Amino acid sequence: MSVMTREAVEAPAMSWELDEDQKLLRDEVRRFAEERIAPGEAERDKEHRFARDLIAEMGELGLLGMMIDEEHGGPGFDVMTYALAVEELARLSPSISVTMSVTNSVCCWPIQRFGSDEVKATILPELASGEAIGGFGLTEAGSGSDAGAMKTTARRDGDSWVIDGEKAWITNAAVGKYFVVLAKTDPDAGTKGISAFVVPSDTPGFSVGASEEKMGLRASNTATLYFEGCRVPDTYLLADVGQGFRVAMETLDHSRLGIAAQSVGIHQRALELSVAYAKEREQFGRPIAGHQAIAFKLATMATELEAARALTYHAALSEHGPDAGRLASQAKLYASEAANRACWQGVQVHGGNGFCEDYEIARLYRDVRVTTIYEGTSEMQRMVIARHLTR
Amino acid sequence: MKIQMSDEQKLLRDEVRRFAEEKVRPIAKEIDAEGTFPREVIAEAAEMGLAGVSVPEEHGGAGMDTISYCIVIEEISRVCGSTGVILSVNNSLVCDPLMAWANDDQKVQWLAPLASGERLGCFALTEPGAGSDAAALRTTARRDGDDYVLNGNKVFITNGTDADTALVFATVDLEKRHRGITAFIVSSDTPGYSHGHHEYKLGVNGSGTTELAFEDMRIPASQRIGAEGDGFKIAMATLDGGRIGIAAQAVGIAQGAFEEALLYSKEREQFGRSISNFQAIQHYLADMSTELDAARLLTWKAAWTKENRKRYSLEAAQAKLFASEMAQHVTNKALQIHGGYGYIREYNVERYFRDARITEIYEGTSEIQKMVIADWVVNKS
Repeated sequence: MSVMTREAVEAPAMSWELDEDQKLLRDEVRRFAEERIAPGEAERDKEHRFARDLIAEMGELGLLGMMIDEEHGGPGFDVMTYALAVEELARLSPSISVTMSVTNSVCCWPIQRFGSDEVKATILPELASGEAIGGFGLTEAGSGSDAGAMKTTARRDGDSWVIDGEKAWITNAAVGKYFVVLAKTDPDAGTKGISAFVVPSDTPGFSVGASEEKMGLRASNTATLYFEGCRVPDTYLLADVGQGFRVAMETLDHSRLGIAAQSVGIHQRALELSVAYAKEREQFGRPIAGHQAIAFKLATMATELEAARALTYHAALSEHGPDAGRLASQAKLYASEAANRACWQGVQVHGGNGFCEDYEIARLYRDVRVTTIYEGTSEMQRMVIARHLTR
Repeated sequence: MKIQMSDEQKLLRDEVRRFAEEKVRPIAKEIDAEGTFPREVIAEAAEMGLAGVSVPEEHGGAGMDTISYCIVIEEISRVCGSTGVILSVNNSLVCDPLMAWANDDQKVQWLAPLASGERLGCFALTEPGAGSDAAALRTTARRDGDDYVLNGNKVFITNGTDADTALVFATVDLEKRHRGITAFIVSSDTPGYSHGHHEYKLGVNGSGTTELAFEDMRIPASQRIGAEGDGFKIAMATLDGGRIGIAAQAVGIAQGAFEEALLYSKEREQFGRSISNFQAIQHYLADMSTELDAARLLTWKAAWTKENRKRYSLEAAQAKLFASEMAQHVTNKALQIHGGYGYIREYNVERYFRDARITEIYEGTSEIQKMVIADWVVNKS
C-alpha cells in the first residue's frame, strides 16, 4: 500500500529562496557596503583606523540593533535577516562586520533577553538607534575557552554591585558605551557562581587599555577593559545571581551565527576576487582560469562556500528549534574553516600579487584568520557538537 | 526561505525508513557478499511507489517532488548502498529522461511499466573507450527503412544483469561526434541484445553491474527517444538529475556509517571509559556530523532548484561533488572509530566504506563535477 499520494506534496514547505523583505534588506546593505564602505577600507586597515562615521551611518540604517524589538526602538528583525546583513558587510569589510555583529549579538541580544525592564527601557533605545554601541566582557588573559576560570569579581554592596578585574581582547573596547560583563559573585561555586551585568563605560573605575595591534581586522577596535571598584545598580544584573554562565553560553550559541555569516561573506569575496584575477591573469598564453589546476581550486572554493552558506542559513532558520545550539556550532565551525581555506587558496591563485597588500586578497587572508578563534574556537565548537551528539 | 522537511516529507521518511529497516537491512550484507541482485526487495519497493517516485501518477509513478525523491534514496542507502543505486538509476536515469523526452505513446508503452516497477531499467551510455568523454562513444545505429540496427558494447551498466528495459545511446554518424548521438529505448529480449556476467566490485556489489552487447539489434524507429542527434543533450540533462540521486545516496551511506560509529563509540570502553568520552573521538564525530548535514542541505538545495528553476546543473554538480567527497571522509572515520572491528566483515562499517567509494566516480567523476562547476563560476556567473 502506497503512502505517497499527490495531495501529500502539493504544498512543499521547503524554499531556498529569500523572502522579499530579506532580499530588500540584503540589497540595501550591499549597496551601502559597496558605496560607502569599500572605498576607504584598505586605507583604514593600513592606518588601524576605526570608522566612526560609517558606524554612525549604519546606526541610522538600523543595523546596530537589528534584533531589538519595536517596543524598545528596534526594527525587530529575525536572526536570518541579521545574518544576511553581516554577510554583506563582511564581504567588503570584515572589520566593520565584527564591530556590527558584536554590538548586535553579544550586547543588544543578551540585554533584551535577560535584562530587567528598567535596563531595557533605558539602554536598548540608545543601542537600537546606534547612538551607542556595545561589547561583551567574558574572556580574560587567563581564561579563554575555560571561561569558568575567570578572576573578575562582583561584590554586593547595598543596592548595587561592585566589580573588580580585567577583561582581555574585547572588541569595541575603546568605542563601546555599554558592556555585558561576566564576573564571579561566588568564587567558590564554579560556573554557578558567575553573574552577568551591564556596565556603562562612564562608570567611575572603568578604563580601557591600549588598543591591540592585530594581525587582521585592523579597522576594528580591540583592547583590555579594567574595572576598579565599578559600581552598578542591582537593575543592571542580567537574569539572576549565579545565572551568568548560562547567559554567556546562550549568548554565544546565538552569536556564533554572526561569525558564521561573517565567514561566508569573506569566503564570497575571496571567490569573487580569485575568479576575476584568474580570468585576467595570463600564463602559458591563456588566462590561468583555463588551467585545470586553477579552475578546480575555484570549483572547490565555490562548492564549500555554498555548503557554508547552507549550514548558516539553516541554523539561522532553526533558531528556536531543539537543535539550535548544535546547528549554530556546526555552521560556525564549518564556515570559518572553509573561509580560511578559501582565502589561503585565494592567495595561491593570485601568486606573488596575492602576497602584496595592493591586492585585497592579502587583507582578507589576515582578516579571516580569527574566525576559527573568536566566539569559541573550532575546538570548542567540536566539543559543543559532540556533547549534543553523545548525550 | 524555509529549510526543513514538510510534515508529509517527514511521514514519507518514516515510512521508507521502516521499509528499509524491515526489508532491506536484512539482505544488505548478503547481496554485497554474494553479488546477488535484490529482485524481490526491488519489487516490494516498487509496490510502495519507489521505482518512479517523481513520475506523475497518470504515468504509473508516485507523483512526488524531487526532495521527496532524495529522502527515499537517502533512507534506502542508509541501510544498503546497492539497493539505493538500483532505485536511483531506475528513477533518475531511465524514468526521468522518458518523462522529459518521450512522446505520449512511448510514455504509455515504456515509462508506465518502469515507474510502476513492472519492468526494471538501466542506462547504457558508458563504453570501454568513452567514460567522462561520452561523446567518443562507438556504438552505432544504422537507419534501415523503418528500423534502426544497433551494434556496439557498453560497460559498467548498473542493473545490467536484471534490466528489462535499456535506455541506449548510439551514434547515427561517427563523424559528427556528439551531434550524432541518439537515444533509443530497448527491451532486453530484443534479438541481438545480450549482457555479461555480474562484475565483482569493490562496493555496491549487489547492483547487477555488467556489460551489454548489441549485435545487429534491430528496433523500430518508434523506439527512438527525441530526434536524431538529441542523444548527447538527453544524456547530459539526465546526468544532471542523476547527480542529485547520487548525492542523496552518498548522504545515506554516510548517515548509516555515522550512526554505527556513534553507537559503537558509546559502547566501546578503553582506558576505563567509553571512547566517546575522548576528545579525539568526539571531534571526529563533530566533523562527521557537520559535513554530513552540509551535504544533505546541498542535496536538498539542488533538488529544490530542479523543482523550481530551469537550470540546476551547478547546484547538482556541487551537491554531488560535496556529498561524495564527504562520504569518503565520514565512512573512513567511522571505520577508524571502530578500530580493528571496523576492518572485519562482521561489522557493517567496512561495507559502508567500500560502498562510498563509487559515489565519487559514477554519474560524473569528481573531476567532471569540478569542470562543470568551474565553467559556471568562471564563465556563467
